[in-house]
Amino acid sequence: MADNIDAKEIKLTAKDFASDQDVRWCPGCGNYSILAQVQRSFPDIGVKKENIVWVSGIGCSSRFPYYMNTYGFHGIHGRAPAIATGLKIARPDLSVWVATGDGDLLSIGGNHFIHACRKNIDLKVLLFNNRIYGLTKGQYSPTSEKGKITKSTPYGSVDYPFNPISLALGAEATFVARTIDREPKHMQEIIKRAAAHKGFAFVEVFQNCNIFNDGAYSLLTEKETKADNVVVLEHGKPLVFGKDNSKGIKLDGFKPVVVDLNDGRNSINDLWVHDDHDESPARAFILSQFTETPGLPTPIGVFRAIVKETYDEGIQTQIQRITEKKGKGDLKSLLYSGGTWEVN
Amino acid sequence: MEKEKTLGKEIQNLNEVTVRFAGDSGDGMQLTGTQFSDTTALVGNDLGTLPDYPAEIRAPAGTLYGVSGFQVHFSSNDIHTPGDTPDVLVAMNPAALKVNLKDLKQNGMIIANTDSFDSKNLKMAGYNSNPLEDGSLSNYKLYPVPITSLTSNALKESTLTTKEITRCKNFFALGLSYWLFNRPLEPTLKWIKDKFAKRPEIAEANTIALKAGYYFGDSTEIFTTRYQIEPAHLPKGIYRNISGNEAIALGFITASLKSNLPLFLGSYPITPASDILHYLSLFKNYGVKTFQAEDEIAGITAAIGAAYGGSLAITTTSGPGMALKTEGMGLAVMTELPLVIINIQRGGPSTGLPTKTEQADLFQAIFGRNGEAPIPVLATSTPSNCFYMSLEAARIAIKYMTPVILLSDGYIANGTEPWRLPKVEEIPDMPVKFATEKDGFAPYARNENLARPWALPGTPGLEHRIGGLEKAHITGNVSYDPENHEFMVRLRAQRIQNIQNDIPDLEVVGDPEGELLVLGWGGTYGAITEAVTKARKERLKVSQAHLKYLFPMPKNTKDVLKRFKKILIPELNLGQLATVVKAQFLVEPVSLTKIKGLPFKTSEIYGKIKEILGGGNGR
Ligand code: SF4
Repeated sequence: MADNIDAKEIKLTAKDFASDQDVRWCPGCGNYSILAQVQRSFPDIGVKKENIVWVSGIGCSSRFPYYMNTYGFHGIHGRAPAIATGLKIARPDLSVWVATGDGDLLSIGGNHFIHACRKNIDLKVLLFNNRIYGLTKGQYSPTSEKGKITKSTPYGSVDYPFNPISLALGAEATFVARTIDREPKHMQEIIKRAAAHKGFAFVEVFQNCNIFNDGAYSLLTEKETKADNVVVLEHGKPLVFGKDNSKGIKLDGFKPVVVDLNDGRNSINDLWVHDDHDESPARAFILSQFTETPGLPTPIGVFRAIVKETYDEGIQTQIQRITEKKGKGDLKSLLYSGGTWEVN
Repeated sequence: MEKEKTLGKEIQNLNEVTVRFAGDSGDGMQLTGTQFSDTTALVGNDLGTLPDYPAEIRAPAGTLYGVSGFQVHFSSNDIHTPGDTPDVLVAMNPAALKVNLKDLKQNGMIIANTDSFDSKNLKMAGYNSNPLEDGSLSNYKLYPVPITSLTSNALKESTLTTKEITRCKNFFALGLSYWLFNRPLEPTLKWIKDKFAKRPEIAEANTIALKAGYYFGDSTEIFTTRYQIEPAHLPKGIYRNISGNEAIALGFITASLKSNLPLFLGSYPITPASDILHYLSLFKNYGVKTFQAEDEIAGITAAIGAAYGGSLAITTTSGPGMALKTEGMGLAVMTELPLVIINIQRGGPSTGLPTKTEQADLFQAIFGRNGEAPIPVLATSTPSNCFYMSLEAARIAIKYMTPVILLSDGYIANGTEPWRLPKVEEIPDMPVKFATEKDGFAPYARNENLARPWALPGTPGLEHRIGGLEKAHITGNVSYDPENHEFMVRLRAQRIQNIQNDIPDLEVVGDPEGELLVLGWGGTYGAITEAVTKARKERLKVSQAHLKYLFPMPKNTKDVLKRFKKILIPELNLGQLATVVKAQFLVEPVSLTKIKGLPFKTSEIYGKIKEILGGGNGR
């Protein structure tokens, strides 16, 4: 992790992270909230501004680096994780963040994404998932629900979407979380936890594109429906949700079941207690599939946070070990090696 | 060595010999050829090699398409090619004989492994009768040797399986070849010991087989003559035998040390470029970081990320991978980061001929990107030249803050030659100055080379954003302004064009003007050099020039071309350099093209020179 210092000592504020560029997203776009929460949480992550790099691909989300007064690299479509990987390998001292969208990360950049996950390279990836292509003006995306009617699917899409959390877990990401653009406090918390995680951190942010896919998450964001449709994951806490925390989730074998906590048949002690440190991704995967199961609430929070050696550490360690063994290489012994002979 | 044992055998002195080892792709012919070359280099001959192997790792045994060959040309003179026509063919099976016989010199020597000439193998190679017995080889000196059974005999005490014992037969063939050409066994004995340190029983068996082959030559009645090729009169110095890919690896590590930038390679395995990844992965104690990426695109984009972070970043590939890296190259052009893209060309298009050589990616290198995206293009000409061109590519990339394409090809990549090692202090430093001063910093400001500052993340006060969108001059902010776009397009072009002032002139070997100039680029250098040398010995009025900088070309190129009545451009493509030269300089070159996946033979170029200059008219 980059040059850890006492956060208070830097005394940065959200403002310090705002660049001088005009933000050009559509008014009302969920991206504004993400930008604001990142700027608000960054003073607390304990990294100097100059040691932070934002890398992005292409899409509305990928304009993000221009608005952050840190180092930034606006890359090409889908390749942000690869650019960031090269940067992190070369410069393990930096804190490297990726801003990306559902088309960028899961369609054209899918391969880079899963490989970054499995390598556990110390990157922080924020997926702005609006379930649509915004910048190209409204085609369906790999996270659009089946049957989605868009300009490129006038009769409805016929393919099944990716579940980004399931995908990240399947690819063995060590930190997997979800938050929502309309939940500023929660998002700040998640961003800080991602920053503190040593290794690959994946955060899916449900983001509303009010131009091409307005209301995609309204069930999860509107006052009337929110409580019954969102469950907040907290490590060591039982899964409760609903108005006045009246409902809970119990695990029946592999099957999650919603129970009423007021009907006298189940108590809070019967509920599934969330453990984000669980080495096995199995339970986290079940959680990730809630969204595919009618009647179950959508989890937000940290699905998984485990510790294992990072790719960049692995590279460093190997270089150190070999250098200790062979001694630091010099030019003469480099060239004058192998079978040499002299001509007089 | 072994003086008394050579009694009774005549020793004949030769100036040069070309040997081709051929067998099944599982017979270890590449290893045999490499060992023979390395030993030959150590005894001081000049040499050139040509490995020629199928794309299949273990093609079915005995088939014609599964034949793997390795040709070594060695001499007491200065030579530049692996030789046109072998003098000696070592054929491990009928298929190897069938495939290679057409190349063998009239009256050339064939050493054939008789054990493998059974009815099954003969049939597979398409022979109706055994060529070793039916007199069809009467125009050659045939030496039938039961290599397999002699190897098994020598190893009858061994505890290895029959299969493992049979696999030692290439060492027998190698030992016999060492005897025939009077080379020492020691270098290979040492190699075996190191290589099989963990399998002493294999080391022992290979040692016995090697020696058995050597002593067989001595004791058998079949061979009455041994050959001696005196060391070449090469310039004084310390030498090592080097392949093109190895030289590229060493070149970039050297550039890394001389520039004080850590070396980063982003790469995806692809034939024939993978060896660079393999070599560089060994040099961890030089701080080299190699990243075997998930695909070609990640290879280049990770390298771009590393360049942004202050590494000397390179990416290696071959034609199809080059196609995939195109968009990444455009990004490097726009972000103006130093990066070297190395293309070891192979037969194309598409997957093409993975293990064969070609020079058909020149257009792709110079023109193959969307938008006006100028990238300097350099090309290597020999295995050892790969070292120097790698230094050049790195120097230009760093100094001008630009991606650079370095073209090599399968022939140079795998071929070897003795390399006179440079003195380390003679290799110039490549100083790099990163931006550190906050005052007056602008990401797209320009220095005298029109290069923008290299400002590394981690530098306080220089936080800035770059990317693939058009940049405003100086500030580097995103700009859609029409005037700015035109200005930036021209500026990027000018910056690359200016490199012309910073590269050596095109050198003419032979008369500086006259009837005919043979203009080459890349791996055709050796064959052109030998052809021109031969023609000039016959007093034909021909000169030679070889382009190492293809874009931009040296400033004097036009001058040089205008001084000759005719220009001949031999290329392993359909005339790509010829087209570029025509368009740039309004000359009408004669194109000599070959697209067989094989390098030019000296005779092919020499023949064309003769044809152009006519029977004596050119004198
Ligand atoms: S198109 Fe959608 S995602 Fe893009 S800026 Fe507008 S509202 Fe936001």
